[in-house]
Amino acid sequence: MNVLDRKILRNLWRMKGQAAAIALVIASGVATFIMSISTMQSLKLTQATFYRDYHFAEVFSSLKRAPESLKTRIQEIPGVNRIETRVVTPLNIEVKGFSDPVTGHLYSIPDRGKSLLNKLYLRQGRLVQPFSDDEVVIGEAFAESHDLHPGDEISVVINGRLRELLIVGIALSPEHIYQMPPGALFPDFERYGVMWMGRKTLGTVYDMEGAFNNVSLTVSAGANISDIVDRLDDLLRPYGGLGAYGRKDQLSHRYLSEEFRQLEQMAAMFPVIFLGVAAFLLNVVISRLLSIQRDEIAVLKAFGYSNLDVGIHFTKLVLLIVLAGLILGVSGGAWLGQWMSTIYKEFYRFPFLRYELQPAVVASGAFISIAAALIGTVYSLRKAALLPPAQAMRPEPPATYKETLLERLGLKKILRQPSRMIVRHIGRRPVKSLLTVTGIAFACAIMMVGRFQEDSVDYMVDVQFGLSQREDMAITFIEPTSRRALYELKSLEGVQRGEVFRSVPARLRFGHRSYRTAVQGIESEGDLHRLLNEDLKIVHLPAAGIVLTDHLGEILGVREGDELTVEVLEGRRPVLRVPVAGLISQYIGVSAYMELASLNRLMREGSAISGVYLSTDSDQRPLIFSKLKRMPRIAGTELREKAIENFYDTMGETILIFTFINTLLAGIIAFGVVYNSARIALSERSRELASLRVLGFTRGEISYILLGELAVLTLAAIPVGFIIGQAMCFYITENLKTDLFRIPLILEGSTYAFAATVVLAAACISAFMVRRRLDNLDLVAVLKTKE
Amino acid sequence: MNNITDTTSAVFQARGITKVYDMGEVSVHALRGIDMELHSGELVVLLGPSGSGKSTLLNILGGLDTATEGTVTYCGKDLTGASEQELTDYRRYHVGFVFQFYNLIPSLTALENVAVVTEIAQTPMNPEDALAMVGLADRVNHFPAQLSGGEQQRVAIARAIAKKPAVLLCDEPTGALDSSTGIIVLEVLEKINRDLGTATVLITHNADIAEMADRVIHLSNGLISREQRNELRKSPRDLHW
Ligand SMILES: Nc1ncnc2c1ncn2[C@@H]1O[C@H](COP(=O)(O)OP(=O)(O)OP(=O)(O)O)[C@@H](O)[C@H]1O
Ligand SMILES: [Mg+2]
Repeated sequence: MNVLDRKILRNLWRMKGQAAAIALVIASGVATFIMSISTMQSLKLTQATFYRDYHFAEVFSSLKRAPESLKTRIQEIPGVNRIETRVVTPLNIEVKGFSDPVTGHLYSIPDRGKSLLNKLYLRQGRLVQPFSDDEVVIGEAFAESHDLHPGDEISVVINGRLRELLIVGIALSPEHIYQMPPGALFPDFERYGVMWMGRKTLGTVYDMEGAFNNVSLTVSAGANISDIVDRLDDLLRPYGGLGAYGRKDQLSHRYLSEEFRQLEQMAAMFPVIFLGVAAFLLNVVISRLLSIQRDEIAVLKAFGYSNLDVGIHFTKLVLLIVLAGLILGVSGGAWLGQWMSTIYKEFYRFPFLRYELQPAVVASGAFISIAAALIGTVYSLRKAALLPPAQAMRPEPPATYKETLLERLGLKKILRQPSRMIVRHIGRRPVKSLLTVTGIAFACAIMMVGRFQEDSVDYMVDVQFGLSQREDMAITFIEPTSRRALYELKSLEGVQRGEVFRSVPARLRFGHRSYRTAVQGIESEGDLHRLLNEDLKIVHLPAAGIVLTDHLGEILGVREGDELTVEVLEGRRPVLRVPVAGLISQYIGVSAYMELASLNRLMREGSAISGVYLSTDSDQRPLIFSKLKRMPRIAGTELREKAIENFYDTMGETILIFTFINTLLAGIIAFGVVYNSARIALSERSRELASLRVLGFTRGEISYILLGELAVLTLAAIPVGFIIGQAMCFYITENLKTDLFRIPLILEGSTYAFAATVVLAAACISAFMVRRRLDNLDLVAVLKTKE
Repeated sequence: MNNITDTTSAVFQARGITKVYDMGEVSVHALRGIDMELHSGELVVLLGPSGSGKSTLLNILGGLDTATEGTVTYCGKDLTGASEQELTDYRRYHVGFVFQFYNLIPSLTALENVAVVTEIAQTPMNPEDALAMVGLADRVNHFPAQLSGGEQQRVAIARAIAKKPAVLLCDEPTGALDSSTGIIVLEVLEKINRDLGTATVLITHNADIAEMADRVIHLSNGLISREQRNELRKSPRDLHW
């Protein structure tokens, strides 16, 4: 090893604290990057593998009833690959010791041979015996939330008849990664269950012998899905087809892919911000670090080392630090990615996890950080190289200080000598001071980015469930019903208010864009379920026309006054043209609303309703529940409290886990930056401070001069950081929009306080560490040689 | 060799050197037009009061700084117009420099401070030998912060002579040394000068040291005020101050 390489190691050892802090900043930036991207890629790979290996269908349709022979005609549609016909029945489930109404769906599985599509992954037990008439397999999420196991019995009401069934297996299905009750916004694993039973038995129970009411299929590679959807739809129409749809409209898949989209957006934005900030800081820190070395650069040059030699020498030093950061960041990021993927795997109940870290991801993380470091290095080396060695080597000429504006304004009388030194030092090096402020401000800003989502999510839930969807429960019937159902429910003891709604599944079309959802007919003067505008003012539905959530308006590209095509996917399946009467603001979900009477009129159906919103006495709930359970037509009951719980348990959680880890990493970056700023200031000025000590200044006084400056810069940086943080949060909310929800930009005082506290804490710890060094300042050594 | 008028054997030839430091409101004229030559094997002492421009001149000769006006040639090559690469080669292979403020690299030991130069030189001495010559054989593994000012200065001298340069430029090499150590150091410089024919320029405040020179140049206020030639170079051993 030559002397210069040994020098690198010694320099590194000497500045180990600082080097470690810089390496940690890089590591955190890179770790966020690796973690986010690898988690995302792994989840998608896992999902794709699960779908492929378990033959998740690509086109689906429900219908009233069709003879099994229709299957051959479906098979004739060009591009259709495998087909599976099934019997699917709604059911009410009785779970011992659980009072809330529970609904579900029972799916048939072939008695002979294996399922061709949507195959089950058995977690426990076995599949049902062929032709057995009382065995079921149940979904894992439901089983877990009620602690059900193979061997347990469960009672269900199918087609009005109560049956005792024996659970023989617990399974997962690619079709039901998420299990959503009809009409619900969020998955509910407790109040909605999916089960599987032999086709023969289910056919008998549901009067579907030799017939089916559900079909799913896969298509051959390259086939046009929407074409097949249309032809399947045409074929099924005479049999009461309820509108065929592709995977993208399949409930579980849609929900999952929206969640993935959300994660993906975060996985793209966070690393960009973090790595960007880390790169900027790295650049600043490295260039300041090298500017301290300016006389060493000069000495080496004076003895005949070329600019290139010197450049290589210092680049090695920088690269060692960057490499340490990279290794830590890549391995930490991979570890976190794996850990997080495992959490998500459990969360989504994937049967397995395929973690994948692509070399290209590592390479781009490495590239970005090395490039940032090298740009900083080259910049400051160039500056040093331009200076003739003779000048660079002189003990820095006493700088030209001036009275600052502050002092001239009269503060001079107030400020004592050390305070004046602080003010002048900041004033003399405006660029350097500005960079320090910017660095600390960025640290403060990324703390806000990690934190603010919690406020926003809370606010979003408050608005949705506090101001808009105020009903305690929403009851959805299996089929459209007469208004009489409302009076029946309202007469129950404990029900305070009731309002009705109609929900019509439909495909909305505008130009070449379309979206499958339900048109909700609600009472325009309703008090339970209300629509809001941007200012949270109540919007009353107009007597005619359709009102869309702003997000749906964006998806379809419509504005008020445009005419929308509504293809109803129920009953006679009319195709209607309805003018858009306005857009409303809604953070969660994607819906279209019409005034109930006007929807009924369009559907030519009298006063049909799909369900009822109720507000109830909370102590009467059990009574209401037990009544509801005995009503056969109920497809699902959504409880507001549970919906909120479910929201936090599902989506809330996926976001918050992610932001929590990122907040930790942001904290490390923040600390690294502040500590480095303090340490660099110390090395730049230790000579000056040592001289002051020799002149009789106390330790406290010189600490005050150095740390006072740090304090002033930190305090100046915090408000700037708030502004940068607001901009970053704005950028995130603008880009984090999915069909599931749109996070509003809500920054509570606590977020600001949190960011400021972390930065101040980092400043205090750094100050403490610097103070210890100042106390141990070896006056003789410092004055004898330069650092 | 002692023929001053023979300009062709000049190692250095400086013509009309000026140096102005621009300090914004004021500009400092450190050199106001210097003409001088240095011949191979010659030992020249630069004398002058503080601030007269001695270090500035030496730095320009050593290629560490550039003159505002005028030309410097080294062995017939123009240093003022030299490229960065030429200047680097010049410093790497031809010049040994002792700085007024030593400028050792704090993170390297005495030995390594010398080795940093010998590693890139063409026919260097052994770094230990160079340190032994300045009487520091027992301090090779000390870091600069563990050395006295005079010891640091001697490391700086060892570093300058270790590459066996063609010219040796020393800025107050004995400034921090007592007379007996100073004499040891001057003996080393003289030995190098004599044995290797190294052209040497030596800055000092000490008029007594001037007696060991072939030629003494007096600088004042950025100009050469007087030049004097010693008929007989005194050996450093016979100097005392
Ligand atoms: N980088 C600089 N910027 C401005 N002025 C300078 C600079 N370097 C030197 N000077 C000025 O140039 C003049 C000559 O300086 P120089 O260092 O050459 O003096 P010197 O003869 O070596 O003095 P000393 O014996 O004290 O070392 C001085 O007035 C000095 O203030
Ligand atoms: Mg000088």
